[in-house]
Amino acid sequence: MPFIPHTTEDIRDMLAAIDIETVDQLFDEIPKTLPKANGHKVPTGCSELAISRHMTDMAPPYRPGCCFIGAGAYEHHIPAAVWQLVSRGEFYTAYTPYQAEASQGSLQLIYEYQTMMAALMASDVSNASLYDGSTALAEACLMSVRVNKTKMQRILIPETVHPAYQKVVQTILQQQEIELIPVAMDKKTGVIDQPLLQQQSLEKTAALIIPQPNFLGCLEAVDQLTDWAHANQLLVIAVVNPLAMALLKPPGEWGSAGADIVCGEGQPLGSPLSYGGPYFGFMCCKKQFVRQMPGRLVGRTHDQQGREGYTLTLQAREQHIRRAKATSNICTNQGLLVVAATIYLSLLGQEGLRETALRCHQNALYLREQLAKMSGVKIPFSSPCWHEFVIQIPMPIPEFLSAMRSRGFQAGYPLGENTLLICTTETKTRRDLDLYIQHFKATLQNEKVK
Amino acid sequence: MSEIPNDLFYSKTHEWARLEEDNIYSVGITDHAQSQLGDLVFVDLPETSLNVHAGDEVVVVESVKTAADVYSPLTGVIVEVNDVLRNDPERINKDPYGDGWLYRVKISDQSEIEHLLNAESYQDEISEN
Repeated sequence: MPFIPHTTEDIRDMLAAIDIETVDQLFDEIPKTLPKANGHKVPTGCSELAISRHMTDMAPPYRPGCCFIGAGAYEHHIPAAVWQLVSRGEFYTAYTPYQAEASQGSLQLIYEYQTMMAALMASDVSNASLYDGSTALAEACLMSVRVNKTKMQRILIPETVHPAYQKVVQTILQQQEIELIPVAMDKKTGVIDQPLLQQQSLEKTAALIIPQPNFLGCLEAVDQLTDWAHANQLLVIAVVNPLAMALLKPPGEWGSAGADIVCGEGQPLGSPLSYGGPYFGFMCCKKQFVRQMPGRLVGRTHDQQGREGYTLTLQAREQHIRRAKATSNICTNQGLLVVAATIYLSLLGQEGLRETALRCHQNALYLREQLAKMSGVKIPFSSPCWHEFVIQIPMPIPEFLSAMRSRGFQAGYPLGENTLLICTTETKTRRDLDLYIQHFKATLQNEKVK
Repeated sequence: MSEIPNDLFYSKTHEWARLEEDNIYSVGITDHAQSQLGDLVFVDLPETSLNVHAGDEVVVVESVKTAADVYSPLTGVIVEVNDVLRNDPERINKDPYGDGWLYRVKISDQSEIEHLLNAESYQDEISEN
């Protein structure tokens, strides 16, 4: 339908019909005392990130750019087109349809998602998603035990894995009599202590989990760890931040043979923080293990007339056929979030994703450097980081966090008495970072910022 | 009518066992089992030197419509697996008692043989169901 504006005459007639004189009178009920936005001062030629930031800055009381908490859930800029498209009726469901092949569009989308995730992870195969990051890790552990047919019942889990993931994995695995063996962290570097790991008894051990970046934001020595695990007949389970993989070496290329199973939290790819969920888990693996991979898989094929089509494949592993012996019974497909991730990845592309990951990293480096200059502030771990890092401050954390909150900042995630985990993403401008630094310093010195 | 050779031992769960040499038995699934499953597309075989107990799930056979466990009819150690099935699982459909054998097991308990069914009892078993 074409857009036909009202003529001056139309407007006069309509105003007359309801017995008022100007269009502005229609808005009389909005109190004059409310703060007014300076709408006409919108800069020209801005990126979407910059313009949406400009608009939210004008709309009190919400203040963007003040949350520096990560710890497993990350604030990223999501282009407006993502959720506009996700909300279309054709996409707006969390489920793969029961009569799957009747919905070729949904299947094609999942297929595209699988292709992108496999490419991002440099892995052979991706499934159609899992429930969330922590359950995806638990599923990866179960899978490693299934793959290893000689009744291996132990998994090496580093202390540097997200503590909430450790709890979820423990809860799920203990029911299957699979034992989790902790791997210590080197307190100087903040990553897996390799000399200690090498002394570990590997009896009946199926796999080593490698987080990247780890919970403390530190980058693990993935090549060395992968090669060591493979030399000892262990499978490698990578649990990674998908956005970081646009910048770091993807798990499929770790060491000489690559990680065997890759999983993680998909939220950074187009899902809003949304108070903790819903998010989605992802999982990829080497082709040789695909029959032990949980969840749904979409494949591309041809029909009898040679036309391209999409179909669910390898379904004989699944719960509607194998019942109790299925590869998984919690392989919930977080379809809607997968749609968002697919559109997000398509809009950003390889370059955009890399630039986003790089901006996150540059912001973190700048912030870490500036904070480390302050008296009494220490960077406890020597390892490189991506977009999250740990600092020590000369002040009790609860007191510090509460002071920063009253200054309008969510300053970080508390780790201990004096340690804090701080995250910066591409959503932070230099001004945001400088404001944070100013208030940080003032809080430590118990001063006001001008 | 499915084929049930007279010289084999059978289990109620549709496996067969054949004495090959001293204490070594070949194990496979019966003609009845393969026809019920339909065209097989994948066989998940065990590793050699694996110790198995009678009743253990040792193999998974997968067809286009389902996947089924194969239970070891005998206790012992696996000495050989039919590796060609990995690339050609349809051998099980074509020749379940010959080329379609799954693995060979060196048994440790001779008395278990007596608990298996002969051809006639297995025939009764499948006609009842």
